[in-house]
Amino acid sequence: MKVIYILWLRQLKRFIRARSRIVGAIGQPLLFLLALGYGLGSVYKRAGQGNYLEFLVPGIMAQTVLFAAMFYGAMIMWDKQFGFLKETLVAPVSRLKIMIGGALGGATTAVIQGVLVFIISLFLGFKVDNWGLLILALLILCILSVAIASFSSGIGSFVEDMQGFQAINQFLVFPLFFLSGALYPLTFVPNWLKIIAACNPMSYAIDGMRDAMIGQTHYGMTKDFVVLIITAIVLIAFGAYRFKHIEA
Amino acid sequence: MPENDSIITAIDVVKKFGSVTAVDKISFEVKKGELFAFLGPNGAGKSTTIKMLTTLLRPTGGTLYLNGFNVVKNQDAVRKSFGIVFQDPSLDVELTGYENMELHAVFYGLSGKLTRTRIENLMEMVELWDHRNRPVKYYSGGMKRRLEVARALLHHPHVLFLDEPTLGLDAQTRNLFWNYIKKMNRDENMTVFFSTHYIEEAEAVAERIAMIDYGKIVALGTANELMEQTHTKTLENAYLNITGHSVRDEQISASQTWHDRGRSRSMR
Repeated sequence: MKVIYILWLRQLKRFIRARSRIVGAIGQPLLFLLALGYGLGSVYKRAGQGNYLEFLVPGIMAQTVLFAAMFYGAMIMWDKQFGFLKETLVAPVSRLKIMIGGALGGATTAVIQGVLVFIISLFLGFKVDNWGLLILALLILCILSVAIASFSSGIGSFVEDMQGFQAINQFLVFPLFFLSGALYPLTFVPNWLKIIAACNPMSYAIDGMRDAMIGQTHYGMTKDFVVLIITAIVLIAFGAYRFKHIEA
Repeated sequence: MPENDSIITAIDVVKKFGSVTAVDKISFEVKKGELFAFLGPNGAGKSTTIKMLTTLLRPTGGTLYLNGFNVVKNQDAVRKSFGIVFQDPSLDVELTGYENMELHAVFYGLSGKLTRTRIENLMEMVELWDHRNRPVKYYSGGMKRRLEVARALLHHPHVLFLDEPTLGLDAQTRNLFWNYIKKMNRDENMTVFFSTHYIEEAEAVAERIAMIDYGKIVALGTANELMEQTHTKTLENAYLNITGHSVRDEQISASQTWHDRGRSRSMR
């Protein structure tokens, strides 16, 4: 457990010490909230759908976590490039523990960023429907974060260079975000988009958070949790398997 | 099985990367407490051999023993037995020097007051105790090297591997570096296995030298024995006599290695 703890702590220390990373992580979600929340807010209201900012916040929180947790794979690339990975691989420690410690650290920093976005959204006028259910939204955020961080550690394990990692990252992250219902209600979209969204685990994470935070749901909380947990198990297994075969 | 006074035994060890043979049936023994040098030109197979001995690469053939343990079959026991300073830095530069030491201690299951004292003693030995709370990114190249030595010694290893440890260091730092190593070798009877392509370094530090070229050990003995074998008066002449005068094109083997990497499997 100590190995997992110290590797988790390492990620946290690195995050807290890199102030530019914190600012950068908050900047993009803030831009989405301001530009889309206020820019499309009136159109959304006129269409009879209510407050767009409130609809948007859970999606942007999930997006923040998705982008930040995927960033953990880049940390593995840096550890490869700057040699620290070799130090861990010659130590008498199982690779599973190394992967879990690092991924939990990456996931924690991602959740912190998601919570920061939530706090900012409160200042922008976001109103929580039921504060008691907020814990469910946080739980979803944590599961999503661990799943994505594990997945990105798997990607970071076999990709050879940072450019390759960035290409894969963008190829995966943007479709996951834009085809998830983060920015629009899935009720009124064409069927083909509904089918794609239904295959996208991000849709369930966002739907569950939206249910917990503003009482709106498309799939229902139970389905959201079941899909999310299955996804997490698969992605953690993928990350562990790939990390076991990592080369320094 | 290795002989009793041997801490490292290599028997017919081969490492292939696809069609490229990086290490070609090498056999040697290193005795407990010995200062042993692997001397060879760039791309000769020095680092590959160290990677196999330190469980980072799985040999394609042959057998390796370290501290009595089979390197392939008893990885954890082997990993506890050695410390290593890699050719390139392997520190977390965002953490402080002390935090890097702490991380290493946890990896090796060390904790408590004795460990903290050991960290302090080692950091004092390498003259970094006063800089312990500075992030490593602000250390000079020499300071980073010294910290890596202190870190490698933290868990009382039986063998210390140094892969081209003084590459890029100035003369003063090199001198200081070898003083620490010799002190630990003397005080703790720790075996030191280092690779280098600096002939004068191998001659000044090592008790025995293995010359490796094109993945094969082409000569093995003390500096005097190597000079006698080649009828030369300096180790440099002996070295050139054995390995030839042509410049090696490391790029070709590196490129081949790169292409063939997909076919190789590292040690798990």
